[in-house]
Amino acid sequence: MISLAGRDILHGWGKFVLTSVGLGLLIGVTLTMGGVYRGMVDDAKVLLDNSGADLWVVQRETLGPYAESSSIYDDVRWSVFGMPGVERAANVTYLTTQVRRGGEDTRVMVAGVEPGEPGAPGQPGYLTAGRHLARSHYEAVADEASGFRLGDTIRIRRNSYTVVGLTRRMVSSGGDPMVFIPLKDAQEAQFLKDNDAILQQRRRTAANPSLNRPGVPGMLDGVIASQGVNPYVNAVLVRLLPGADPEKTAEHMRRWMRLEVYTRAQMEEILLGKLIATSSKQIAMLLVILAVVSAAIVAFIIYTLTLGKIREIAVLKLIGTKNRTIIGMIMQQAIALGVLGFMIGKVSATFWAPKFPKYVLLEVRDAATGFAAVIIMCVIASLLAIRVAVKVDPAEAIG
Amino acid sequence: MSGIRIEALRKRYGSGETAVDALKGVDMEVAPGEVVGLIGPSGSGKSTLLKCLGAVIEPTGGKMVLGGKTIYDDGWKISDLRMLRRDSIGFIFQAPYLIPFLNALDNVALLPMLAGHPDDESRERAMELLEALDVAHRAAAMPSQLSGGEQQRVSIARALANHPPVILADEPTAPLDSERALSVVRILHSMAHQYETAIIVVTHDEKIIPTFRRIYRIRDGKTVEEAGEGRSTAEEITE
Repeated sequence: MISLAGRDILHGWGKFVLTSVGLGLLIGVTLTMGGVYRGMVDDAKVLLDNSGADLWVVQRETLGPYAESSSIYDDVRWSVFGMPGVERAANVTYLTTQVRRGGEDTRVMVAGVEPGEPGAPGQPGYLTAGRHLARSHYEAVADEASGFRLGDTIRIRRNSYTVVGLTRRMVSSGGDPMVFIPLKDAQEAQFLKDNDAILQQRRRTAANPSLNRPGVPGMLDGVIASQGVNPYVNAVLVRLLPGADPEKTAEHMRRWMRLEVYTRAQMEEILLGKLIATSSKQIAMLLVILAVVSAAIVAFIIYTLTLGKIREIAVLKLIGTKNRTIIGMIMQQAIALGVLGFMIGKVSATFWAPKFPKYVLLEVRDAATGFAAVIIMCVIASLLAIRVAVKVDPAEAIG
Repeated sequence: MSGIRIEALRKRYGSGETAVDALKGVDMEVAPGEVVGLIGPSGSGKSTLLKCLGAVIEPTGGKMVLGGKTIYDDGWKISDLRMLRRDSIGFIFQAPYLIPFLNALDNVALLPMLAGHPDDESRERAMELLEALDVAHRAAAMPSQLSGGEQQRVSIARALANHPPVILADEPTAPLDSERALSVVRILHSMAHQYETAIIVVTHDEKIIPTFRRIYRIRDGKTVEEAGEGRSTAEEITE
């Protein structure tokens, strides 16, 4: 039996291909949106994976250090290290900021880590070039995605850092590439004031009678000295000994140190369930809108194509063609449109995903789900046209 | 005798005071191999009769016998009208109405295929018909590539594809000039004779009316049989 749908498509292939290209680009955008969501989830997981931590010790009643600001004393690290079940503990600070690269700004997440401790939690996991941080000041290890190369100079606040190592896939939960600098520099960078502000602060302190008592010499100097030091970090990352129970150790720390401690599962919930929840909803909404627009376009195209064939459909019915055959013709055309559109969309998304300014993770299962959704959408979209075709009276062919 | 026979066929549209009797008891009989004309002014009931004969609309009463089988007797006697149209009735329209995305051969072969015949056999039968109608050389052409006369010949071949006992031709020569119109009628006579098919030609075309041996004139929903000039052979038409 002749494939009526196939013959009709071949007869008007130009229109069909152009329509498929339009639909395909829309599907490509939809797949990319899905890929952006997957990329965000992957970024969040990579951030946790690459930190190498089992526990995150942060300020009480905060969701730090990624979702909220957290501030704890840097000497907490030693108390944490003394807890049972702890193999390693490391101070970290995180600061998302703009840094200059050549003539343009790049948004990065600056991580402050202890130099000379490769392998400790929070450190870059592996290097693709160069070496780890070894000096206490003015060295940096940058993610390749930041665009920096070995020997480049990074300007962070008032200080310059030389890139001594490069790493890969070290990104923030928002997808910004990470730049690792020595912890002391990072602590300073977080609270660094300009010279005018420092002078202003000192004048205010000197003018405060409770901090500048005439009968207490040296008190003012002590207060001013303390203002120039930042003893805080955002979190202490903890790696546990093999076999140690994360939940029990975390509970132990919460009780005795009066700090918030998150396990890996809890931190993942914070990142995925809270930090990127709004973005996820936005993307989901966009996906729904794109799906509805795509379905409307398919429905309109198939409906218009069918209306253009009313006379032929009437003739086909008059000469004894089953409704089933005509329904099959319309549905096959809709499905063919969806299949070609999906192929074009998939190729387009694969082509432009690497150039997208955000990490786009195109997963096979998403493509399979998308394909099924497109086919279902096309079948549903063809129902309107099928309704019209079924209602065509064979008598219309006679006049 | 097979062919087609109708007795006291009636068709009423609407009901009550607004009811209109389009057919008020039409009698007609066309033998196999015979071509008859059906003429009448606009609104006389020609289209309604054609639709009843084509099993497209249901008459209100009367009797229709097609190919020796009663298909209507105050109600349809068969359940599948679609199959009846496919297997037992051929249609030729004022415009050829070929399927634009099928070539000439497949336009003709589609009917046997719809009837369940294998593709090869269907195309073989279609090619025989195209040869008989002298358009076999255009078998691969799309309808848009055919001339008006060629399209009409392909549509005649399509009507004959399932060897139906009756063909209904609705103004088949209307868009054609005299020469082509007579050519089409010549073909109809030839095909009716060759395939033992009864052909009813609804027409206004004065050029072809003299070609019919018998004419049914329909007026106010009733038919009157008249003798035609009977130039029904190819030789006579061209004289």
